[in-house]
Amino acid sequence: MTDILEVKDLHTSIDGQEILKGVNLIVREGEIHALMGPNGTGKSTLANVLMGHPSYEVTQGQILFKGEDLTAMATDERARMGLFLAFQYPVAIPGVSVANFLRQAINAHRKARDPEYKGIPIPEFRKLLKEKMDLLEMAHEFAGRYLNDGFSGGEKKRAEILQLATLEPSIAILDETDSGLDIDALRIVANGVNTLSGPDLGVLIITHYQRILNYIKPDQVHIMLDGQIVESGGADLAQHLEEQGYDWVREKHNGKVQG
Amino acid sequence: MSSRTVSRRKRVVRKQEAPEFSFTREDVEGISQALGEPDKLKAQRMAAWEKFESLPMPSTSDEPWRRTDIRGLDLDRIKMQASTKKPVASELLQPLVAESHGALLVLRPGHTPEFQEEENLQEDGVVFTDWTTAVREHAEIIERTMDTIVPAEDGKFAALAAAMSQEGVLLYVPAGVQLQQPLHSIFWAPGTDAAFFHRVLIVLERGASAVFFHETASPTESEGQTVHAGIVEISVAEEASLKFVEVQNLGGHVWNFTHERAKVAREGRLDWIFGAVGSQLTKTFSDLDLTGQGAEGRFSGFYFTSERQHFDHDTQQNHLAPDTMSDLLFKGALVDQSRSVWQGMIYVAPEAQKTDGFQANRNLILSKKARADSIPGLEILADDVRCTHGATVGQLEDLPIYYLMTRGFPREEAERMMIDGFFAPIMERIPFDGVRERFRRMIEAKLGN
Repeated sequence: MTDILEVKDLHTSIDGQEILKGVNLIVREGEIHALMGPNGTGKSTLANVLMGHPSYEVTQGQILFKGEDLTAMATDERARMGLFLAFQYPVAIPGVSVANFLRQAINAHRKARDPEYKGIPIPEFRKLLKEKMDLLEMAHEFAGRYLNDGFSGGEKKRAEILQLATLEPSIAILDETDSGLDIDALRIVANGVNTLSGPDLGVLIITHYQRILNYIKPDQVHIMLDGQIVESGGADLAQHLEEQGYDWVREKHNGKVQG
Repeated sequence: MSSRTVSRRKRVVRKQEAPEFSFTREDVEGISQALGEPDKLKAQRMAAWEKFESLPMPSTSDEPWRRTDIRGLDLDRIKMQASTKKPVASELLQPLVAESHGALLVLRPGHTPEFQEEENLQEDGVVFTDWTTAVREHAEIIERTMDTIVPAEDGKFAALAAAMSQEGVLLYVPAGVQLQQPLHSIFWAPGTDAAFFHRVLIVLERGASAVFFHETASPTESEGQTVHAGIVEISVAEEASLKFVEVQNLGGHVWNFTHERAKVAREGRLDWIFGAVGSQLTKTFSDLDLTGQGAEGRFSGFYFTSERQHFDHDTQQNHLAPDTMSDLLFKGALVDQSRSVWQGMIYVAPEAQKTDGFQANRNLILSKKARADSIPGLEILADDVRCTHGATVGQLEDLPIYYLMTRGFPREEAERMMIDGFFAPIMERIPFDGVRERFRRMIEAKLGN
């Protein structure tokens, strides 16, 4: 039970404004969690704070990962420890092909573990990449394109999942990975996540639609409102949200949430 | 610190009295004599000298020199002399465009050239040789072409290089000869308080083809200044094809001035690649004249400046015939307090209909004190043409760096990846692994500063 992400009473500000107001959350390897809530409640902020985005200041609380306090750790160190964030808006890296990027990313991870590591041999990498692309039903020529540069929305999201598949983190945060996807792309992305999930991977799916949860069955569902997780439950909680919307959550917690 | 400032101010004051090189007519005659030049070549050299004497030193009030101030050059210290005996950096001798080179020529001012030939070039009538040999054995080729491409009138330093060059390379490929192996030459000019000159003359006859890599280089000296002035003349005849890679890797004490022009005839093709990382200051004029119908020229430029380096590159794409195509992409990165200037012009003559002309210059500023000026220009006198230009000066953005860090790249590696990505479009235009690898190492060296 050491491979676990534990968020304790996390408070975060940006430009002096408090966004997260005491978040508590535990995600273990092998578990799938969904974090839901209306727009603007702090879900994406949480994702970026977990990853160490430099614009956010942690004012109170702790992020523990594999028993270590991440709070003061740089983004790249967190990543190499096994934390992964699939972006809501993946960023274009012009001039760097998907294959080249992934090969160097693998090397960055392996070199951190073994400073003597000479880099993944090209044939081994090719085989690995082909395997992962097939898993995600991606055309192989995709590997030669510049990362996210001129990609469609669906291609970007698939490229995120390809990175997830290749880097094999312990905990993956998927920030609105379902947004902007048509039903086929959503199915492929969801299948990818389902295939990858297993005893070694914990997943935190951030979404404000229930839709993706038709394809990926969460072990736990959390509802975030105004910078706090106000409800947690099983998969049925998502179903309930789908039918009832967020109003009942707002009514129930109105006044209880700070600010 | 304050005493340095005072001495610098003094120097500037002194520089305002129009400085001149200390060379004399006798020096020029001596060079001609040493080479054993026939009358015609001697006459051309003396004419260049007279042109040099008649032209004033360029100043920032001349439009092409507006952004490049050479008053910091202490001409009193600059003397004619041989280069020192520092050996050529071994990295420079490696074949770059193939497993091996067809021939390697090493020129060192004031010393005997070294020549290694792997292929018997003479069998096909190919000439690839140093200037002394060229004057002695192939004067007719030089007489026919030299100064017709870059005339001494082109500028003070063009005239100076034409008058003073004793070293040089001649590449001549007869009609229909397709050179299989790439040719490689190095102008290696170590030394300080010196003036070094050299010229490159490339003549490809009808239907010929060649690949040629030429490097101008020297190690950085800790004191003093050195001037290098050079001329590159390229003639690509009908249906001929030349790939020419030029690298400037001069020491940080060198003030470098070059005038370069290629003339490409009907259906000829030129792929011209520049890489520049060295020198204190460089002013280069590179012109592409597409003189015959269907001629094509591609310009690719890679530069990286650091410390207080100053690079200024003027390019001209002159469409002088119909159905011609030119495509220029220059990309540069700047660190420290360095500066770059690119000023480009696409000119389309009235008769040059159905012309395609492209030019783009992209700069990546990697420090707050670096500065890049990018000035594209079009002058189009024909009406049925397609010309585009673009110029950008940008910085590394935070978001992609963060994105890369979330993938486990330390900040430095993330930045390096963005920089490599920035240069990728130039690397893709270079058809030689060895040259790309060399440029990558240059980037590494610059970032290691």
